[in-house]
Amino acid sequence: MSALERAYRDERAAVLATITRRLDGDLALAEDVVQDAFLAAAVEWDRRGVPDRPGAWLTTTAWRKALDRRRRERVADAHAADLAQPVSYDADLDFERSSLEDDQLAMLFTCCHPALAPEARMALTLRSVAGLTVPEIARAFLSSEDAMERRLTRARRKVTDAAIAFCVPPDERLPERLASVLRVIYLIYTEGHGDVRGDICEEAIRLARLLARLMPDEPEVLGLLALLLVSDARRAARVRDDGVLVSLEEQDRSRWDAARIAEGAAVLERALRLGRSGPYVVQAAIAALHSRAPTWEATDWPQIAGLYAELARLDRSPVVTINRAVAVGFAAGAQAGLAILDELQADPRLDRYQPLHAARAELLRRAGDADAAAAAYATAVALADSEAQRTALERSRDRR
Amino acid sequence: MQYLLLLTYRPEDNTQEGTPEFDAEMKRWGELNEEMRQAGIWVGAAGLKPDATTTVRAPSGEPVVTDGPYAETKEVLFSFYVIDVEDLDAAIAWAEKTPAVKYGSVTIYPMDGLELT
Repeated sequence: MSALERAYRDERAAVLATITRRLDGDLALAEDVVQDAFLAAAVEWDRRGVPDRPGAWLTTTAWRKALDRRRRERVADAHAADLAQPVSYDADLDFERSSLEDDQLAMLFTCCHPALAPEARMALTLRSVAGLTVPEIARAFLSSEDAMERRLTRARRKVTDAAIAFCVPPDERLPERLASVLRVIYLIYTEGHGDVRGDICEEAIRLARLLARLMPDEPEVLGLLALLLVSDARRAARVRDDGVLVSLEEQDRSRWDAARIAEGAAVLERALRLGRSGPYVVQAAIAALHSRAPTWEATDWPQIAGLYAELARLDRSPVVTINRAVAVGFAAGAQAGLAILDELQADPRLDRYQPLHAARAELLRRAGDADAAAAAYATAVALADSEAQRTALERSRDRR
Repeated sequence: MQYLLLLTYRPEDNTQEGTPEFDAEMKRWGELNEEMRQAGIWVGAAGLKPDATTTVRAPSGEPVVTDGPYAETKEVLFSFYVIDVEDLDAAIAWAEKTPAVKYGSVTIYPMDGLELT
């Protein structure tokens, strides 16, 4: 890896955060001049050698370019001479290391501002905080590079034009804004998880680690990191060589990443010690219990069912209730699980909700109600949106 | 930074004039206006008559004047504010204080160019 590539990977996010703060949150201009600084480095470092402190050189260069840009906006086509001046290191423009962490945190909150569209938040976070290139992000979202560039440009213009503040939100806004940051990182993770693309999962975990370092006293931040670590530890077992997804029940547990599970469990413990647990902490605790079980049969279902009950209080979405019913079905018998699903059965909006029918089918089969089970399986298969889902259902149906 | 707040309501679920709810809401608007002036962020505001709008276009040079747009859209524009605040979060905080967020919406436009005084 060349010095330039290393600087791009290691320093870009910090340089961008520093410049954005200095420009009072003008992310559009900051992104442009940081990009220009890297272009200048490609020429200069080749000719004059790599500077002692690449990050400081890049910050200085980007800042000068920003000043030039602003000056030129005021005085059209003047000051062309300034551009030709060689760059020397300016101590005054060095990273302010003390504020660097604040700047990175501010960048994360800015990129995840709820005034931006959810897809824009994810793309901007991957670009400006994680430092991914546009082609990498385009691949992650199965989009063209042009479309991704447009999405990013539009998002940065919105940050600048609407004057989204470049700062960590004040206490009264923090819960709502932090929830958005956590959600964005979680969605980035699931983007990779669904297709079992490890690189995107790794980026999400890196972001969660960064956030956990910057906000070590927020239980939900630690909860998210723990959840991602424990879940990602199963990556190798989650997909067969032919690409078919393997359910938790059928996974080869010897292929789980024990070190990652242990790390996740340790982070979870820290989160629990802080108290005030939210949905991510509870989900991490559920994932950790699954990971601790040597076999599917040996899973601690009563405790998992209890955690799902807690999660259902925090998050009233039907998917949580369904997972709770499945867990209760194992902990207290299929009939008890079915009783919980009955709450959802009454809601006509869920008539065509596939996961509900799939869960009901399996619980009915285990309760020994063959006719009702067959009908529920048929509905679930008809509503399945992928071949993999259908195959899994048929295998579950034909089990004894 | 100046922002234009455009306030809309849904005709079907607006509070009816003459009810205690209506009076309470009017009182709330009055308090909010006062609060904005006290905070020094008030630039301008007005209620609008959404049923009496007129549109002017001149696509080929000749002005064409038409009645409307009619309130066929689900959300009817009925009022606006212009406020001068630090950033978007501050504008959002003021928008949240308007009764309109409960039964309609507030759209925030950052203003460009000519600053109002």
